[in-house]
Amino acid sequence: MAVVFQKPKALTDAPLHYCPGCTHGIIHRLVAEAIDDLGILGKTVGIAPVGCAVMAYDYFACDMVEAAHGRAPAVATGLKRAMPDRIIFTYQGDGDLASIGMAETVHAATRNENITVIFVNNAIYGMTGGQMAPTSLPGQVTQTSPYGRDVKTVGYPIKVCELLSALDAPEYIERVAVNNVKNVLNAKRAIKKAFQNQIDGKGFSLIEVVSSCPTNWGMTPQKALDWVESDMIPYYPLGVYRDKSAKEAK
Amino acid sequence: MSKVLMKGNEAIAEAAIRAGCRHYFGYPITPQTEIAAYMAKRMPKIGGTFLQAESEISAINMVYGVSSAGLRVMTSSSSPGVSLKQEGISYLAGSDLPALIVNVQRGGPGLGGIQPSQSDYYQATKGGGHGDYHLIVLAPASVQEMADFTVKAFELADKYRMPAMLLADGTMGQMMEPVVLPAENSGKTYEKPWAVRGTENKREHNIINSLYLVPEQLEVKNLERYERYKEVEKNETLVEEYLTDDADICVVAFGIAARVSKNAINAAREKGIKAGLIRPMTLWPFPSEAIARAAERVKGFISVELSMGQMIDDIRLAESCKKPVVLCNRVGGMIPSPEQVLKAIEDMEGGER
Ligand SMILES: Cc1ncc(C[n+]2csc(CCOP(=O)(O)OP(=O)(O)O)c2C)c(N)n1
Ligand code: SF4
Ligand SMILES: [Mg+2]
Repeated sequence: MAVVFQKPKALTDAPLHYCPGCTHGIIHRLVAEAIDDLGILGKTVGIAPVGCAVMAYDYFACDMVEAAHGRAPAVATGLKRAMPDRIIFTYQGDGDLASIGMAETVHAATRNENITVIFVNNAIYGMTGGQMAPTSLPGQVTQTSPYGRDVKTVGYPIKVCELLSALDAPEYIERVAVNNVKNVLNAKRAIKKAFQNQIDGKGFSLIEVVSSCPTNWGMTPQKALDWVESDMIPYYPLGVYRDKSAKEAK
Repeated sequence: MSKVLMKGNEAIAEAAIRAGCRHYFGYPITPQTEIAAYMAKRMPKIGGTFLQAESEISAINMVYGVSSAGLRVMTSSSSPGVSLKQEGISYLAGSDLPALIVNVQRGGPGLGGIQPSQSDYYQATKGGGHGDYHLIVLAPASVQEMADFTVKAFELADKYRMPAMLLADGTMGQMMEPVVLPAENSGKTYEKPWAVRGTENKREHNIINSLYLVPEQLEVKNLERYERYKEVEKNETLVEEYLTDDADICVVAFGIAARVSKNAINAAREKGIKAGLIRPMTLWPFPSEAIARAAERVKGFISVELSMGQMIDDIRLAESCKKPVVLCNRVGGMIPSPEQVLKAIEDMEGGER
C-alpha cells in the first residue's frame, strides 16, 4: 500500500491537547512540515510560549525551550547568539507576543535577529479562559470585555504586521490564515519561507497566522472558521507586509 | 603572577571572560555600567556577544536562552534592574539552568539612590522571585574577590545547575585595587547533556522547562532541587574568621561592611577589647555553623550592615537566640564608619555578661 498521509517527523507521538476544531493543531503541522521539508529537524530549537501552545515543547520533536510569558524573542536571541548555525523559532500567541512581550518582539525585530517567529492571532487569551487580547476586535465580547471591546476606553486592536513593518530592519513579515484549504496551503508556503530566510541568514521573519478559538469565542468549529473569514480577515488583511530581499532584488 | 590595578566592576568582567563566559547581556544602570562597557569593548574582539538589551527583563531572558544552549553566560545590574530580573531568575531556577547574575547594589527602595547599599540581601538570599528556590550568593569584599568569586560562581552554577549571584555594592564596584587576574580558561567545566543544541537526529529531544501541571511531579522536582541545595550547603559554604578564637564580641559583616569592621576590630583590640569578625563569603549558603560555634563563647553579636537589618535575621537563626544580637548600620547609600562600629563594640563590652 502506498503511504498517502504521514505525520511529519518534526512532530512527536504525544497527543495534542487542543480543543476540537482549534487551528493551533493545523499550525503545528505546518511548522513541522516546513522543518521536515527543509531537513532541519536535527539542528532546530523551538521555543514554546505561555498560552495554549505552552505544551508545544512536548509536540515538536526538535529540542525545545519553554519561555516565560512574552519573553520568547529574548530567549530566542540568546539561543541564536549562542548557536548561530542552529535554526531557532518561537511559537507565540497574541497575548504573549503583542501584549506582555511587545518590547521583546519589537526589539528582536529591529535587531533583525535571524530567527523565525510564528505568531498565532486568535483575538483572545485562549489558555486563561477567554479574556480580551490586544488583538480582540472592536466590539468583541470576551470575559473581560463583557459588553464588547469598547475602543473608547480600552483602545483599538494592535495590528502586529503593520506595526512591525514600520521598522527598517525586519526581513520578512506576512499575515496568513488557516480557515480554508487555499489559505492553509498559502500559510505553509509562508512558514517555509520564514525558515528558509533564517537558513539563508537573512534575518527576522514573522508569520502572523489568523487563527480560531471556537471554545472561547463560544462558536462551533465551523462557525469559528466562518467568523475568521467574515470578521477577522477584513480587520487583519492577509498578505506580505515586508519582503526586504524581494524589494532589494528589484 | 603579576598584579594589575583594576576597578572592581572591570575585574568581574575580565574574570568572567577568563572563566569562559562569551555572552553578556545587560541594560545600563549605575553603579555597574563599567561591566557592560568593558564587555562591549572586549567581546567583539574575542568572538563573544555583548548585547545591550531593551530591558533587564529581556537581558535575563537572553541569559536563559544562552544557558539553555549550555554555554556560560552572565548579566549584571544594580538593585532596580535586579528587581526586574526576578521573573527570569525564578525561571532559571525552575528550569535548573546555571547563570551568573551580578548585583552591584545601590540604595532603595524604589529608584533609591546610586550610592552603595546591602539592602537587597533578602531578595538575593531568600529567593527574590516566586517559588521555592535559592541562588548561590557570593559576597566579595575586595577587588581580588570580585575576580575570584566570578570564576567560582560560574563553576558552582554549572556544578549544581542553578543560578549564582555575585552580591556586591557600589563601593566594591568602583574601588580600585591591585588584583591577580585568574588565568585564561579558569574554572572547572562540566558536561551538559541536557542542553538544547539540536538533536542531530541522534537522540530524543531535550526540553528546558519549568512547567509541571501534575502536582506530584512538581513536588518531586522541588524536592530534588532541595536535595541539591543540601549538597551546596554542605560543600560550598565559605566564611572568613578574623580573630574569633579568643573573641568575646563577634562582629558579623560582609562586603564593604566587613572591611570597615576589621578596622574597628583592630582599634578595639588596641583598647584591650577582644573583638573578632565572622565574614560570610557566601550569603547563601549562610555560614550558620561558624555563628553557632561562636555563640558558645561570645558575649554577643554585632551585625554590621548597609541596610535596616536583614542578615541579622540569619544570625539570630544560626545562634538560636542564645546571645544578644545588635544591629550597627547605615542606610540610603551611607556606610558605617569604623568609629561607629567601634562604639557598638565598646557598648557591648560595657554591657553585662
Ligand atoms: C507573567 C504571567 N502573566 C499571566 C499569565 C497567565 N496567562 C497564561 S496564558 C495567558 C494568555 C495567553 O494568551 P495568548 O498569548 O493569546 O495565547 P492563546 O492561549 O490564545 O493561544 C496568560 C495571561 C502567566 N502565565 N504569566
Ligand atoms: S482554548 Fe481556544 S486556542 Fe486554546 S486550545 Fe481551545 S480552542 Fe484552541
Ligand atoms: Mg490568543
